[in-house]
Amino acid sequence: MSPGQSARPGRPRVGLFVTCLVDLIRPSVGFAAVTLIERSGCDVDVPTGQTCCGQPAYNSGDQATAREIALQTIRAFDGFDYVVAPSGSCAGMLRSHYPALFKGDAVLESEARAFAAKVYELISFLVDVRGMTSVGSRFAGRVTYHDSCSGLRELGIKDQPRRLLASMPGVELSEMAEAEICCGFGGTFAIKYPDISNAMVDKKCASIAASGADLVLAGDLGCLMNMAGKLVRDGRPVRCRHVAEVLADELSDPPIAWPDKAVGEGSA
Amino acid sequence: MNPETPAFKANARAALSDPQLQSALSGLPTGLVAQRTSARARLPEFEALRDIGRDVRNHALEYLDLYLETYERNATAAGAVVHWAETGQDAREIIARICQDAGARIVTKGKSMISEEIALNVDLEARGFEVVETDLGEYIIQNRLETPSHIIAPAIHLTQQQVEDDFRKLHTHLPAGRILEEPAQLVAEARSVLREKFMLADVGITGANFLIAETGSSIIVTNEGNGDLTQSLARVHIVLASIDKVLPTLEDVTTVLRLLARSATGQEFTTYATFSTGPRRPEDPDGPDAYHVVLLDNGRAELLGSEFREVLRCIRCGACMNHCPVYNAVGGHAYGWVYPGPIGAVMTPALIGVKAGGHLPNASTFCGRCEAVCPMKIPLPKLMRHWREAEFEQGHTPTRYRYGLKTWAWFAKRPRTYHFCARFAAAVLGALGSGAGRFSRLPFASGWTRDRDFPAPQGRTFQQLWAETRRGVPR
Ligand code: SF4
Repeated sequence: MSPGQSARPGRPRVGLFVTCLVDLIRPSVGFAAVTLIERSGCDVDVPTGQTCCGQPAYNSGDQATAREIALQTIRAFDGFDYVVAPSGSCAGMLRSHYPALFKGDAVLESEARAFAAKVYELISFLVDVRGMTSVGSRFAGRVTYHDSCSGLRELGIKDQPRRLLASMPGVELSEMAEAEICCGFGGTFAIKYPDISNAMVDKKCASIAASGADLVLAGDLGCLMNMAGKLVRDGRPVRCRHVAEVLADELSDPPIAWPDKAVGEGSA
Repeated sequence: MNPETPAFKANARAALSDPQLQSALSGLPTGLVAQRTSARARLPEFEALRDIGRDVRNHALEYLDLYLETYERNATAAGAVVHWAETGQDAREIIARICQDAGARIVTKGKSMISEEIALNVDLEARGFEVVETDLGEYIIQNRLETPSHIIAPAIHLTQQQVEDDFRKLHTHLPAGRILEEPAQLVAEARSVLREKFMLADVGITGANFLIAETGSSIIVTNEGNGDLTQSLARVHIVLASIDKVLPTLEDVTTVLRLLARSATGQEFTTYATFSTGPRRPEDPDGPDAYHVVLLDNGRAELLGSEFREVLRCIRCGACMNHCPVYNAVGGHAYGWVYPGPIGAVMTPALIGVKAGGHLPNASTFCGRCEAVCPMKIPLPKLMRHWREAEFEQGHTPTRYRYGLKTWAWFAKRPRTYHFCARFAAAVLGALGSGAGRFSRLPFASGWTRDRDFPAPQGRTFQQLWAETRRGVPR
C-alpha cells in the first residue's frame, strides 16, 4: 500500500514518525503509539524513508546536514494527513524548526511549512486533534509525570497527558515538585557535559522519589532513559515508562532499564 | 578580567563538588524564582506587559541612532558632558582622564555590570585611585577579590556564614563580640564602613539601567540606596552605559521598569529608582558639580546588524539565570567571564569571540525555561544555537565531536543502510543487555555510564518489527 491512499474512507491517514530512540531502544513505545492513534479513529503507516529528526546536527550547528535530513523526512511523509511522533522533542523539531531551516528558500520553506502544519506530538494529537477524552484502558498504581521541555514549552503539552491518565480508573497521579524542570538529558548535552547533566538528573530523581510514586511517566524516551538510568544506578525502586505504554495498556515489556524477570505491573 | 570560559568544564566540575557553593545556590528556587512567580501571579497583565516591553525595546533599537542623538542633545542641554567610547579601552581612558582632571583620590562605585565588562576597577586601581564598591554584594566580593557570580546578586554564591566571617576578618575596628546573625545586621555594618568612603569620595561612578532620550536623563534602580549616595555625594558623577540602554520616553521607561523589578526580585518596584539629569543646578540642595556620561559601544553596533540583534533587548534582570538548571547547578563563576547563565551564553561569544566562549552556548539542554521567563522575550536558545552554527562554520567544534557527527550523519542520510545497521546494533546491544535490562558501563558513552546506567535496547528495531508484522496493512 502506498502512502496517501486512504485505506478506509473517512479515516485520516497518519504517518508515524517513530523517532530514532524508539526505533533502536524501545519499539514497544512505537506500537503503543500505533494502538492509540488507531483507537482515535485513524489509520497508521510507517514510512521507511525516515531515520532521525536531525536534532543532533541541528543543535550542533551543522545546518547543512540538518537541512538534508529534514528534507528526507518531509518527503518520506508525503501524502499523509498527519505526522505523529511519540516525542515532544522530535515533534517540536519537525513542527517548529524545519520551517526555520529553510528560511530564504521560498519553495522549500513553504514545503516545510505545509509539512509542519501536519505534525503533532502523540498525546497532543490524541487530545487536541482527535478530541480523545478517555483511552479505554485500566491501570492500577501511583504514577508521577515528568514534563519534557520541548513538549511543554514548544508545543504546550501539560494537561493533555494528565487528562488521559485521569480517565483511567486506578491511576493515582502524584505530582512531583518541579515537574517542569529539565531532567538534564538534552541529547548530546548528556554526553558533552556529563557532570552537569548528572547533577540535573540527580535533582530530578530526588523529586521523583519524594513524590512517592512507583512509576514515572513522560512523553520523551530520551528523558526517560536518562531518569531510568539514574534511578536504577542509585537503587531507587521507581520504574520508568513512556506514557503511551500505560495509556495503551501495553506493558508486557519490562520498564525502561529494568531487569527482564520483573514483568507486569498494574492490571490490565 | 581574563576569560576562563575555555576551562568551563573543569570549573563546572569544581563547582559541583563545592559544598558551600551548592548550599548557597540551593536557595534560588525558593528565593528569586519563587518571588518572581508570585509577583507575576499578582499582576494579571504581566504576559501582555512582556509583549509591550519587547515592542518598546525593539522600537528603540530600530531607531537607536535617532534616540542616541536626541539623548545626547537633551543631556548636553541639561549640563551633562557626553563622551562616546567605541571600545572598553576608550571608555577606561575617558574615565581615568575625568578622575585625573578632578584630582580624585577615592572613587566610589554603584553596581554596574558594564564596568565589569571593561574591567574598570583594575584599570583605575593600577592608575592609583582607590576604588570602593558600595553595593553590599559588590562590596563583599571586592574584598574577596572575586567577580560577581550573578548580574543582580553578585555575591549569591556565598553563604551568610562566609560573609559574616569575612566581615569579622575585615572590620577589625569593630567589637569582636558583636552579633551578625541577620542579613540586616550585615547591611548595617557595611553601611557604617561605607559611609565614611561616601563622604570622602571625589568621583562616583554608576551604570545606568536606562537612558531616556526625551529628557536626557539616566536612571538607576537599586534597593540599598547606595547608588544615590555614590552619585550625589561625590563632586563628579560619571555614568557608564552601553549604547543599547536608551529608551525614547519616560513612559517607556516606566513600562519596562514594571517588568524589571518583578522579573528580577519579584518586587513590584525597586526601593529606589533614581533619575539624574545633568549636574547640580544652583537651586538644587545637593548633587554633583559635574555630570559625565560615557556611552560605550563595545560590540553593540555590530550585534545590531547581526542575527544576534534580539539580545540587545536585554534589561539585565537575571531571570534567565535564576531559572536556568545549568546555572542552578554550577553557579555563575563557572561560566568564566562577566555574564553568566543564558544571557552570558549569548553575550560572551559576542564579546570575547566564539572560540574562547564556545562552551557557554553549548552547555545548554535548550530546555527553554530562560526564554519562557525573559521579560523581553529574547529567544535565548535560538541565539545559543546561532553561536553553535558560527562555531561549526568556523571549524571550532572539537574534532572528535565533529567526526562523530559526520559518521552519524552519513547513516542518517541513508535510510536503508541506517535501518540495516540499526537492526544489527539493536540485536547486539539487546543480547548483551538482556537480563539486566541495562548497561552499567559502555565504552562509547563513558560520560553517561559513569553516573547512570544506560538502558538496553529491546533487541529488535521498530522498523524491523513493523516490516515483519505488517501492521500497516488495513485489517
Ligand atoms: S536575557 Fe532576559 S531574562 Fe536574561 S537578564 Fe536579559 S532580560 Fe533578563
